[in-house]
Amino acid sequence: MDSILLQILNGLDKGGAYALIALGLTLTFGTLGVVNFAHGAIFMIGAFCAVTMNKLLTISKKVKDESITFFDAFKEQPYLEIWFGDTGAKIVEYSVPLSILLAVPVMILIGLAMERGLIRHFYKRAHADQILVTFGLAIIIQEIVRHYFGANPIPQAAPAIVAGSASIGEWFGLGPNLVYPWWRLIYLVFALVVLGSVFAFLQFTTFGMVVRAGMQDRETVGLLGINIQKRFTIVFAIAALVAGLAGVMYTPILPPDYHMGMDFLVLSFVVVVVGGMGSLGGAVAAGFLLGILQSFASMNEVKSILPGIDQIIIYLVAVVVLLVRPRGLMGRKGVMED
Amino acid sequence: MSKLTKKGSQWSRRDVLKATAATGAIAGAPMFFTRHAYGADYLNNPGDAGSVKLGFNVPQSGAYADEGADELRAFKLAVKHLNGEGDGGMMTTMQPSELKGNGILGKKVEFVTGDTQTKSDAARASAKRMIEKDGVIMVSGGSSSGVAIAVQGLCQEAGIIFMAGLTHSNDTTGKDKRANGFRHFFNGYMSGAALGPVLEKAYGKERNAYHLTADYTWGWTQEESLIASTENIGWQTQTTVKTPVGAGDFSQYITPVLNSGADTLILNHYGKDMINSLTQAVQFGLRDKQVNGNDFVIVVPLYSRLMAQGAGENVKGIFGSTNWHWSLTDAGSQAFVKSFGQEYGFPPSQAAHTCYVQTLLYADACERAGTFEPCQVGAALEGHKFDGLGNGPTEYRAEDHQCFKDVLVVKGKENPTSQFDILEVVEVTPRAQVEYAPDHPMFAGGNLGECNNGA
Repeated sequence: MDSILLQILNGLDKGGAYALIALGLTLTFGTLGVVNFAHGAIFMIGAFCAVTMNKLLTISKKVKDESITFFDAFKEQPYLEIWFGDTGAKIVEYSVPLSILLAVPVMILIGLAMERGLIRHFYKRAHADQILVTFGLAIIIQEIVRHYFGANPIPQAAPAIVAGSASIGEWFGLGPNLVYPWWRLIYLVFALVVLGSVFAFLQFTTFGMVVRAGMQDRETVGLLGINIQKRFTIVFAIAALVAGLAGVMYTPILPPDYHMGMDFLVLSFVVVVVGGMGSLGGAVAAGFLLGILQSFASMNEVKSILPGIDQIIIYLVAVVVLLVRPRGLMGRKGVMED
Repeated sequence: MSKLTKKGSQWSRRDVLKATAATGAIAGAPMFFTRHAYGADYLNNPGDAGSVKLGFNVPQSGAYADEGADELRAFKLAVKHLNGEGDGGMMTTMQPSELKGNGILGKKVEFVTGDTQTKSDAARASAKRMIEKDGVIMVSGGSSSGVAIAVQGLCQEAGIIFMAGLTHSNDTTGKDKRANGFRHFFNGYMSGAALGPVLEKAYGKERNAYHLTADYTWGWTQEESLIASTENIGWQTQTTVKTPVGAGDFSQYITPVLNSGADTLILNHYGKDMINSLTQAVQFGLRDKQVNGNDFVIVVPLYSRLMAQGAGENVKGIFGSTNWHWSLTDAGSQAFVKSFGQEYGFPPSQAAHTCYVQTLLYADACERAGTFEPCQVGAALEGHKFDGLGNGPTEYRAEDHQCFKDVLVVKGKENPTSQFDILEVVEVTPRAQVEYAPDHPMFAGGNLGECNNGA
């Protein structure tokens, strides 16, 4: 029982990341009609906002390392710790949550720059052209990141207070082995809050209403005198922000490296297709569903019956769903059906 | 259908076929029968040129790019020293040595580099380009056993010496060994043999081990080696689970460990995978658990300083093994660390060390053979005994082209004194304890075959 609950939590956790990325992909596709293969790179940029913030907070004074006598080596002592002592150390410890302050403006700016500078030139081009240009952009972004940050993962620690595991089993009178890392629980809650906020924004604000109307019929909304293009640009920035924040918060779970965006992108596209192209609810539901299935497929009991199933489960489910429901779980008629 | 006759055209179709076969036999026979007969001629013979070119094929992108960057630094330093520049590094401590600091056989050493991308096909393409286009006389490098085995095979086919970089799979000098390939780095069997007694001393005889293993040649052979050595000290193997290389999030593989009844997790992972799996295992509280009355422990059989740096505080107290460590105090290690540190501002990794040593050993073998001809260079390396290169007395065993030397057992340091001071050497396991017969079952099935000089 414990192991099943743990795998469900794992799946929800992973599904949270898939859903956040897939939500942005679906928003971009639904509003601008653009298949954005650079969306994974945006997730990665978010993660590197956390790395950058950590580097900024740990700008250090170089002190000669006397323990190394073979050559001139230096120790680094962060200025924050020199100036503010324990308070400075505490600020460094909270670099991941603090990096949200950096990520919000950076991701919005990147989203706006990407849409205005590149994507808008491809609105009326074929989907293949959009895929090629955004894929190329993703490669350029990841190579720039590799140049400046190297290829190895750069671990980012969660604040010490949430670095350990929560004894979920003890809370609910279950086994003592049912423990789960605090930060992963925080990530799950964070994902649900962000997803809820985006849905609420689209559902309950005038802006959201216009965007949804634009997604349904862009031409008619334009005829009403509404500058739908401007709103779609803002939606692109929101999609970038959601992916970027997902990246920031994921860093204590998975040490970021330049390639992490590509790793998530492929899975997130499968999530979007399974959920139904253009369906926000579908993207979220499919994200969690596939995350959970992936976790269960990794269980030893399952793998002993179907070896290697953990590697193909997502694609297998995608095939089955598309055979049974060609538009995906919650896909709408007419989307990508020229 | 027209029929050609001797009368009409002088040639029948049968005559044409016979003539073609005869011409082919005459032209082809000498090449076929004598391609190895001319000892003086061989692929990419530098002849009277004033320089000779070496090919350094390292991962410059992909999961092992940082190891590759360090390997490249070491190669450049070795070339510098071979050409008589700098302080000479380990050339001053190597014994015996024919190296004079005037290049190799009086020819200035030049090099070309390639990117393996930690992918076998990319590594082969890169090595092929070096051999065919750049005319290299030797290929070295690599930071993955899959890549090393692929490039070793290519060098064998082409007729070039391959001096393997970081490759730890038993198969490199086991079932996939080749006459043209040589490995200085240690292997999975040696890690297991060195770690077994240390683990017994630290954790006792009664343990249940759970293995998470990278699903490729290196992971498989290391798992096999560790199972053999830990079962030899009385441990039981609870479960072995293969994980995809580059899985990223290992949480779905780690959570089953919590309820498995195992009290020891052995992570047969390397590079980025090791950093991620170890970090996540610690996050899931494994190191704080108690199972069967034992404290739960994690073992990382193959350590590298670069990896340990990536995993940060999580490596504290965790045992593993390594081919070499910069804190060794022998004259060779100190000379290399000083030379490398002055050049780059930080100490070298084990990947850098093995690549530097391989370059010197190749150059020395050429000097001793008096030629660059691969088969004679290979013969000079076979059975060669040397010292002063950081690992104590070492021998290139002729039967499988594997170096035999002491192995280091290390542990993540509890109280590091510097950013490089992450691992501490807890034991230097003597060569006799990690040595095995050439026909040991874990290395069986391979054959060196004939040396190929590519002529």
